[in-house]
Amino acid sequence: MAKATFLEAIRQAQYEEMTRDERVFIMGEDIICNVFGTTTGFVDAFGTERVRDTPISENGFIGAAGGAAMVGMRPIVDATISSFLYPAMDQIMSIIAKSRYIYGGQARLPLVIRSCLFYGNSNAAQHSDRNYSMFMNVPGLKIMVPSNAHDMKGMLKAAVRDDDPVLCFEDSTCWMSKAELPDDPDFLIPLGKGDIKREGSDVSIIAIGGAVPLALKAANDLAAEGISAEVVDPRSLVPLDKELILRSVRKTGRAITVDPAHQTCSAGSEIAAIIAERAFDALRGPVLRIATADTHLPFSPAIEKALYPSPERIVAAARKLVGVRQPENA
Amino acid sequence: MTDGQNDRSLEKYRRMQRIRQFEDLAEAIHAQGEIPGSLHTYAGQEASGVGACMALDDTDYMVGTHRSHGHPIAKGAKLRPLMAELLGKATGICKGKGGSMHLSDFSVGSLGETSIVGSGVPVAAGAALGSKLQGNGRVALCFFGDGATNEGAFHEGMNLAAVWALPAIFVCENNGYAVSTPASATVPVKDVAERARAYGMPSIIVDGQDVDAVEAAVAEAVGRARTGGGPTLVETKTYRYADHAVNMGRVLLDRGGEVDEWRKRDPLALYRAKLIAGGTAAALLDAIEREVADEVADALQFARDSAWPEQAEAFDDVFVDRLPIPDFITA
Repeated sequence: MAKATFLEAIRQAQYEEMTRDERVFIMGEDIICNVFGTTTGFVDAFGTERVRDTPISENGFIGAAGGAAMVGMRPIVDATISSFLYPAMDQIMSIIAKSRYIYGGQARLPLVIRSCLFYGNSNAAQHSDRNYSMFMNVPGLKIMVPSNAHDMKGMLKAAVRDDDPVLCFEDSTCWMSKAELPDDPDFLIPLGKGDIKREGSDVSIIAIGGAVPLALKAANDLAAEGISAEVVDPRSLVPLDKELILRSVRKTGRAITVDPAHQTCSAGSEIAAIIAERAFDALRGPVLRIATADTHLPFSPAIEKALYPSPERIVAAARKLVGVRQPENA
Repeated sequence: MTDGQNDRSLEKYRRMQRIRQFEDLAEAIHAQGEIPGSLHTYAGQEASGVGACMALDDTDYMVGTHRSHGHPIAKGAKLRPLMAELLGKATGICKGKGGSMHLSDFSVGSLGETSIVGSGVPVAAGAALGSKLQGNGRVALCFFGDGATNEGAFHEGMNLAAVWALPAIFVCENNGYAVSTPASATVPVKDVAERARAYGMPSIIVDGQDVDAVEAAVAEAVGRARTGGGPTLVETKTYRYADHAVNMGRVLLDRGGEVDEWRKRDPLALYRAKLIAGGTAAALLDAIEREVADEVADALQFARDSAWPEQAEAFDDVFVDRLPIPDFITA
């Protein structure tokens, strides 16, 4: 085991799975030149049949991944930036999500569509999406949003082996963070299994993707004030580890969701509703949501950053929920 | 004509009869409310589907459209599960979850009949890519209409297949109308086949009422695809007799005497006359028609005798594992 970045975790997961199973291949825009470093050495190892540069035609090549999966292949599609999924909505929604269902189970679509959440860096509204919540609204798509390199590697390997279509969202704010990566070729983290990133007793902070490091920082700051925060990372949104979330909330009696998506119909909103419906008796206050403000993301750095979740907003929400406490020895 | 060719000819006639009679019966019981939802019939286009599919091997792939009854029958699908699907029964080919627009039989290589116009083109390109990567020699054929050729999915799928020299055959069944809008109002070239030039792809225009001509054209495309020559666009000039969907008459522009003119070149009648002129006994063709009538009647009886799907079935096949069933369903 060695420490490696989130991007290196993606590379290792893909490399190991392509080595293990020759049905796995990767395609997308500018794979061969390896823009983000997730396919280093792939052409030498696997050749240009299994490592394919596509035309800029997301609907075409994402749909083709669906067709290839239907005939027994296991494609990984690198769709680069998650806003590039919009031109492919036709194939993602009508073909990839629904084919198995409308053909009564005759179709099987084992494919992974990777794309990054590329926000917070003055890339303006068309390149700053965090759009996993939109895809949660259509049945038939599994959705993963890991928050660190370790989870990324284990979940991506599991996604490649999954017989259902998986959308893999890669939070670019986590790209350079490092973690120990197991080198067991069968290191897998199943989709649908969340993780407690920090134990706590006063408030549950359920954070998604790049919000997890923010929540951990907030939890540190809260600890200094005598507030014990538990940080819950669902890791995958479909399937969602509802039991883990509800268990945590029943323990702490308070819940805050932190989601980099826009607040309206966000994943955090759905989780808040689940908590309100199923753990209402355990709640000692309202479920609070911290998300990105419901506006497009501006280019100017002077006004972009304040729109996203931050440790400060999480701390403030937790204080409000728990009641302001003084450090014990103050 | 050798005996072998004769068998093949009779099979083409049989499959065209199956489509026509299957749909005639479906339309009749739809009118009585026995088939729910909408019905998009294929009548008039039988030679296009059958000719194209007869040029394929059983293991080759085929992707079709919302006008979904003809393609799987042309590819050799059995009628019972298709009719049961139209009635929404558990024994339907899609377990009652697809219906009239999605009759798709994977056991005969049919990879789906999709009702989002043009959306099958990338799927077929992908199936052809899968064949290429697996080196199994299979080709993928995609049916679509003239309307689909204005969709981005069509152009993206064609481009991908061309640039990767995939073993794909794109068959445009040009029936002249996208719902009610004539192709002349929406397709700025005389023939859809011209669009292949933009992708450096060969194209063939063929009389879509002549099943032998369609088979020959598609066979040429299949031969090219199988030997690494890449995709071909085949345009069959054909016609649908009915509205876009049954009972959508009010949106169909007045086609004047056009339908009657096309009926004079009905693909079944043309082929029957050709076979008889070639020495086939009329009685043999009559016998095939009766056999098909029995098959279709049997399919309807099977469908009627079949059970409705269980409510829990609504939660199966979203994923490989069945979804949890909500309380309000089980209560």
